[in-house]
Amino acid sequence: MTISRNDVHYIAHLARLGLTEEEVSHFQVQLEGILRYVDKLKELDISNVEPMAHALDLKNVFRKDEITPSLDPRALMKIAPASQGQFYKVPKVIE
Amino acid sequence: MTYEPVIGLEVHVQLKTATKAFCGCANLFGSKENSHTCPVCLGLPGALPVFNEKALKSGVKVALALNCAVRTFTKFDRKNYYYPDLPKNFQISQYDVPFAQTGSLEIQAREGRRLVKIKRVHLEEDAGKLIHAEDGPYSLVDYNRAGTPLLEIVTEPDLFSPQEAYDYLTDLKLILQYLDVSDCDMEKGTLRCDANVSLRPAASQTLGTKTELKNMNSFKAVKMALDYEIRRQADVLAEGGRILQETLLWDEKKQATHSMRSKEEAHDYRYFPEPDLPPFVMTTSEIEEIRKELPELPEEKRRRFTRDFGLSRKDSETLTASVRLADFFEACVNLSAEPKKTANWLIGPVSFQMNSRNQDITQLRLSPSALMELIDLAETGKISQLAAKDVLQEMLETGEKPSRIVEEKNLGQVSDSSVLKTVIEQVLAAHQKSVADYQSGKENALMFLVGQVMRASGGKANPKTARQLLIERLKP
Amino acid sequence: MNLSSQTITELKEGLKKGSFRTADILASLKTRYESVEEKVRSFARAPFFQEREFRPSGCLEGIPIVIKDNICSEGDLTECCSKVLSGFVSPYNATVVEHLREAGALIMGKANMDEFAFGSSCETSCFYPTRNPWDTSRVPGGSSGGSAACVAADEAVASLGSDTGGSIRQPAALCGVVGMKPTYGRVSRYGLIAFASSLDQIGPLTKDVRDNALLLSVIAGFDKRDSTSAPLPVPDYGKEMEADIRGMKIGIPREYFVEGLDPEVRSCLAEARARLESLGVTFGEVNLPHTPYAVSVYYIVATAEASSNLARFDGVQYGLRATPASSLEPPLIAMYKETRDKGFGAEAKRRMILGTYVLSSGYYDAYYLRASKARRLIKEDFDSVFKEYDLILTPTSPTPAFKLGEKTEDPLSMYLSDIYTISANLAGVPALSLPCGFTKAGLPVGMQVIGPSFGESDIYRLAYQYEQKTPWHKMKPQL
Ligand SMILES: [Mg+2]
Ligand SMILES: [Zn+2]
Repeated sequence: MTISRNDVHYIAHLARLGLTEEEVSHFQVQLEGILRYVDKLKELDISNVEPMAHALDLKNVFRKDEITPSLDPRALMKIAPASQGQFYKVPKVIE
Repeated sequence: MTYEPVIGLEVHVQLKTATKAFCGCANLFGSKENSHTCPVCLGLPGALPVFNEKALKSGVKVALALNCAVRTFTKFDRKNYYYPDLPKNFQISQYDVPFAQTGSLEIQAREGRRLVKIKRVHLEEDAGKLIHAEDGPYSLVDYNRAGTPLLEIVTEPDLFSPQEAYDYLTDLKLILQYLDVSDCDMEKGTLRCDANVSLRPAASQTLGTKTELKNMNSFKAVKMALDYEIRRQADVLAEGGRILQETLLWDEKKQATHSMRSKEEAHDYRYFPEPDLPPFVMTTSEIEEIRKELPELPEEKRRRFTRDFGLSRKDSETLTASVRLADFFEACVNLSAEPKKTANWLIGPVSFQMNSRNQDITQLRLSPSALMELIDLAETGKISQLAAKDVLQEMLETGEKPSRIVEEKNLGQVSDSSVLKTVIEQVLAAHQKSVADYQSGKENALMFLVGQVMRASGGKANPKTARQLLIERLKP
Repeated sequence: MNLSSQTITELKEGLKKGSFRTADILASLKTRYESVEEKVRSFARAPFFQEREFRPSGCLEGIPIVIKDNICSEGDLTECCSKVLSGFVSPYNATVVEHLREAGALIMGKANMDEFAFGSSCETSCFYPTRNPWDTSRVPGGSSGGSAACVAADEAVASLGSDTGGSIRQPAALCGVVGMKPTYGRVSRYGLIAFASSLDQIGPLTKDVRDNALLLSVIAGFDKRDSTSAPLPVPDYGKEMEADIRGMKIGIPREYFVEGLDPEVRSCLAEARARLESLGVTFGEVNLPHTPYAVSVYYIVATAEASSNLARFDGVQYGLRATPASSLEPPLIAMYKETRDKGFGAEAKRRMILGTYVLSSGYYDAYYLRASKARRLIKEDFDSVFKEYDLILTPTSPTPAFKLGEKTEDPLSMYLSDIYTISANLAGVPALSLPCGFTKAGLPVGMQVIGPSFGESDIYRLAYQYEQKTPWHKMKPQL
């Protein structure tokens, strides 16, 4: 598997990571190395194996439709980087 | 070449549960911003979701009402994308195993009633709300709505006109209201609809390139946006152009669509199974238990009303357009009211009152027995039809029984000929010309004189008796 | 009175007798902290030595406990040793913190760790690396390096760490303390800042096995706020571990004793085996044939989940927000990217890049799906061994503590230092590391005891009986 600089740029954008050109070069090489290593999974015959998404076989874990206390929004605004009243404030979303 | 539109609809419905999908915060509209939030629905670091059992049950009800196959195994997945209304920057949704699929909804199409194919129904969580500030380069975020349970209902591309899309939405909304699982208020956003539409040469089976329409905030807007987009696509094709696969936003003010540039980037949502939620398994008998709890749905009710009560299809549709009105009607009939007359009253004067007061039947101060009493007074001639409408008005205002109102306001109809004769003499004396007209053969003049008698009696004269007495008195 | 080196059990005894009070314990720990912290740097930030309020009853009454910086405690900074969470004061408590408080414990402070638990050496902390108390030129292991080092250096009585691929056991081994990764679902993850949700577990790091069993009894149990927690009762591990181990059957997996295993570690394991045999335990060679694939599976599954879990650190609600002076991107996206670029260290970025890649369009089947299937094969390996054997014994880490900076430039060699520990996370089974000797250079060596799901009692039983017959847990580093 070869990884291009463009691949790294695309992935970094999906992950919203601003990378320097130097970081892009670095990750390009390292990602390629790691992918080469994990390629050994291709040796395995997994055609009849169910994927395993959970380590524990649980099912039907529900909660009742009953109200529990919410947090105090004033406390939340204290730890917010920017707020207005009880709103979180973010740079303008352009549509 | 003539083209045929092919339309698919994607509807998101907010479920009316007491709490959100994955936390115990109240699922309420219209509260102060961020006041119904907790570590879970804010996606604070370390918080974990636990699924609301009512949300799944409501979802299954809807799926069954839409004739879907409900899966015995279902799970949640994460849909990953960045947007500030999405606290975790992923949405808990369902990807490859929606809990229900392959259903149908019957609509009234041009060629008669037919089934619209439903592709899938799945559960997910809603996002918060963004407010774009007018006065500065920022937006404000409110997470009260974040984590509200949403049902996504997707049709196959199986609607062939904007009107069909409109009818589908109307019927879908009615079913959801019958099931009492959602408010379905497009203005409040508890029901939202996106549409995709493409054109194909008439009689062709291959689909053309589709565009996606968003930002319609009423069923009417959906219809208008589709009309507009079908015309636009037809124009492009007529000029030999190609349709671009893109997302378009409906602009209500301009009555036009425009392209949504900022979301043009590739949709690479990186779905994977939600590791924080183990799967859900239902047995077929559990699903059948829920099916048994389903109420009678609108179409069944319409058919029963026409069959059992001899109502016209149209009257049945009007009465069943609100489950409350239909229930009220049935309560009257159960009190042995005459179905046809009751229907007329409900569709006529009572609906008029509901509309002018902007109230539904349960909000009016009207009980089935009171309405029946009123109908009885009018039908037996104890009060005139005209007076009956006034009595209804008075009943709704005061909550009094109709007989009391008739008594108090002295609205009882006067059929006593000795009383009427005195009034008639006064009317004749005052309208000599009409008398002459009538006697010279102008039948219209009689109608006028009856009206004058009604007026002079304060509306209480029995019009039939008055007419009879006039004819006798004016006999040559 | 020096109380800082005492175990929970010893301190409880002294408190009960009235020989000293909690304030005295804290004073001892403060003195110790002041003399050694500069060399070890176990803590993410200065701990609290004033007596915080504690519940005057319960099995940890008056005992201070240190927790890893990724466990939320209300009103305290909880930063995962990452700049992106700088200033994050948690508005709520993790379930384990509530359990500790109910048992009368005091949360004394937060231990240093690899940023977001991404690492095996505690070098990726945004603050400073923690050093191994046995040799401060070496790493303490990671990611719970601070949690292990503070216990080993007697700066703490006991601590909690978290383990996604060995993050409790490997530092426990490298620092010469006892560390348990419980069965997946045994301990609530509510309030643990997630790295990889299907692998993460919180567990105790302690000076001996008895303390470990006690602490796990306190923090374990079903939690209605964690859908993945097991609805099972919690045994009294402290009591159950005292039962005899004669006749226990232990499997030795061939795949774990291969090239790359340090000869000194190998010989410590051989001695431990001989010691256990003398206690009536029988051994057999077993196979865990999919072991060679575990690292690959782990780095795909763990980074995929991490890429999604860490997406929320975007500068909107809490923590760091950075805005670039100028950018060609729309302002919101520019803020996201700048915040995440400035907020995350290189290892966090590397893992998010890898995790995003393996889930992205066109690669899901080849990587994530394939790894999820291979994961099941790894779990089935364990299932079949546990049909015949009670427990599995392995080295915890292929080598003793390595030098600072030795592996930071080569991510793959760092990842391979987890080679013996990650399978337990993939399979969900419990595993404990306990000291089993020292190298000639005086570095501790740990052995790993792996049990079947919810087999913690048997693990503690074996570990406790072994510990009773060996001096390792009593050894102290010279600082
Ligand atoms: Mg959706
Ligand atoms: Zn909430």
